[in-house]
Amino acid sequence: MNEIVIKQNIVPNVWLMGIYSPQVAKKAKPGQFVILRVTETGERIPLTIADFDSDKGIVFIIFQVVGKTTSILSTLNIGDSIADFVGPLGMPYEQDSNDKSYLFIAGGLGIPAIYSKVKMLHSQGKDIEIIVGGRSKENIFFEEELRKYCSSLYISTNDGSYGQKGLVTDILTQLLENGKRYDEIFAVGPVLMMKAVVDITKKYGIKTLVSLNPIMVDGTGMCGGCRVKIGNEIKFACVDGPIFNGFEVDFDGLMKRNSYYQDLENLSYKEHKCKIGLGE
Amino acid sequence: MQNWIGGVEKLDVLKRVPIKEQEPIERIHNFDEVCFGYTPDEAAMEAQRCLQCKNAPCVKGCPVEVKIPEFIQLIKEKKFKESYFKILETNLLPAICGRVCPQETQCEQNCVRGIKGEPIAIGKLERFVADWFRQNCEFEFSKPQPNGRKVAIIGSGPAGLSCASSLAKMGYEVTIFEAFHKLGGVLYYGIPEFRLPKEVVEWEIENLKKMGVDFRTNMIFGKTFDLEDLKQEGFDAVFISSGAGLPNFLNIEGELLNGIYSANEFLTRINLMKAYKFPEYDTPIKLGKKVGVIGGGNVAMDAARVARRLGSEVYILYRRTEAEMPARKEEILHAKEEGIKIVELVSPVRFIGDESGHVRALELVKMKLSEEDSSGRRSVKPVHGSNFVFEADNFIVAIGQSPNPLVKKAVPDLELNPNGSIKVDESLMTNIEGVFAGGDIVTGAATVILAMGMGKKAAENIDRYLNAKKHENL
Repeated sequence: MNEIVIKQNIVPNVWLMGIYSPQVAKKAKPGQFVILRVTETGERIPLTIADFDSDKGIVFIIFQVVGKTTSILSTLNIGDSIADFVGPLGMPYEQDSNDKSYLFIAGGLGIPAIYSKVKMLHSQGKDIEIIVGGRSKENIFFEEELRKYCSSLYISTNDGSYGQKGLVTDILTQLLENGKRYDEIFAVGPVLMMKAVVDITKKYGIKTLVSLNPIMVDGTGMCGGCRVKIGNEIKFACVDGPIFNGFEVDFDGLMKRNSYYQDLENLSYKEHKCKIGLGE
Repeated sequence: MQNWIGGVEKLDVLKRVPIKEQEPIERIHNFDEVCFGYTPDEAAMEAQRCLQCKNAPCVKGCPVEVKIPEFIQLIKEKKFKESYFKILETNLLPAICGRVCPQETQCEQNCVRGIKGEPIAIGKLERFVADWFRQNCEFEFSKPQPNGRKVAIIGSGPAGLSCASSLAKMGYEVTIFEAFHKLGGVLYYGIPEFRLPKEVVEWEIENLKKMGVDFRTNMIFGKTFDLEDLKQEGFDAVFISSGAGLPNFLNIEGELLNGIYSANEFLTRINLMKAYKFPEYDTPIKLGKKVGVIGGGNVAMDAARVARRLGSEVYILYRRTEAEMPARKEEILHAKEEGIKIVELVSPVRFIGDESGHVRALELVKMKLSEEDSSGRRSVKPVHGSNFVFEADNFIVAIGQSPNPLVKKAVPDLELNPNGSIKVDESLMTNIEGVFAGGDIVTGAATVILAMGMGKKAAENIDRYLNAKKHENL
């Protein structure tokens, strides 16, 4: 159980893994996530289900090495197992059957979170356009895979090393200014990016969904660590989300909460790097 | 003191044989158990105080009716092993119950010795017997003839464990499904190590495994599996004991600020994830110099005492007075011994934060206690214009839990009560045939022993139900 059956380095620091977990693969739906724990002393971290193969019992995750846990995970190989792999968690993505045209916006590590939804909508014959953005050319991945499922794919990089120079929101603005309209826009990526997208789409009154990434512990609604303000209500992202109406999200509150443990996370990562001989 | 069996110290039948505890000054620096428990001699001495009442009112005070005078008589005779098995006849988890039951309002409240003096230390004796057995004997269990029927239990907390043990004794093939990576429910993630060592919980669970109970972790009801899956796997009945794990919040301004934890999150990070051992363990916890804990129940005491052990100065903020606190008297006393201060008659109004989004203070309003109403409960009213600001680095909200709504999402046709708990009939069956429920998911947040009592009752009813069904088929 929880054996790593596929491992690929997609771009520097970003890995794709296929985990053998038939029970999760059987129930998984686009929009859901898993919680995993790599080792017996490990923490529980949430990761989006990028894709799944119910027949083979495999769940695909994509992660960037940003701290101790993802660092340890990236050093495991095919045949190794992780301690715990729980899910599928959260509410699945539900599309309005009347909606026909979609724009997906993925910034950085947002790509895995849009992938399975794009695939699903494509299989239903919906019209899909996608904007993908990253810091630099080496941060853009899954281009070919995504192209298969959409009518247009726009790419932006902050440094202009690939696609259009600038931000995903620059492309969004151009599309909307040129008269493009969509039934639904789905944005996922860094909180600042999602906030910037919503600021634009609000003006046009286009329904916009976002997928939130607050700090989580259990992922089953029993601690409230992942609480977010949606409209005037407090919601638990792990059970009520992670997908919410972008117009109602308190992004500033989310950003502040996400930074709470930054110092301890850095400490933990630094100590880990020292132990394995990578420290300064 | 060690010479009392030799007759040097005379037993005062009106007073309890004292029990040794870790000194407060020491224990606030560790998570080791506070109470050391009786030695065999001390236990035998305390057992001598029991009057061996014929009608034994103590037994009536116990939700699972442990044969109290009988097990105490065996301690007196120093037949500890026999005493352990006597308890086991009605209670499968004595090492846990002896530690966490509120005996002062149950068995010990009814003790005849308590009329003139101090009641027999029934809880401490139960705990002694279980600990003695754990340290000196190997748990063996002769499995009954399997009856060929399978029961699924959802949740490995006290209700699920006790239901499982009762069913296993009857010959059922039992599987417990647990959402977390560790077993025990609130016994593991909720109650801290210094009150209930995890090694004790693990030992009790190992015994259940020896009885043939199968455990599956990381299985979330309604997400990883549902009723249909259980049916397909051939389970004949289901017992839902998923607890009241949804933390209540105050719903006041500023509750989203950093530094405010639900007691569930705080205790889960500490007990389940061992955040107090960070960075040896990866899960972090952050606590500043001064912490306010909101609430007056056992969970509030646990959270406060954990915070104290992390080095903080701790204040319990409670809307009534200490006398009305629902927490066990023993826990309140322990908390006070550890230097935790209680601020009575205050109610939260709003949290105040700084620029970075971190909480800095809580605005409180003073409360006034009214006269007792007909039910004997005194209500509280805010004193107009008495608002003041209480500064602290962190706040922990411990104002109760509600039933977890995931179950309803998993089984939409399940009938609930208005408060979200599962509706059951007198046999603990839900509106869905063959699906039973018990513990906090039915009663709302209650005690470990009440949950265990319900688990046991559910097992008997499941057995009756399946036997009746078998006759129908014939």
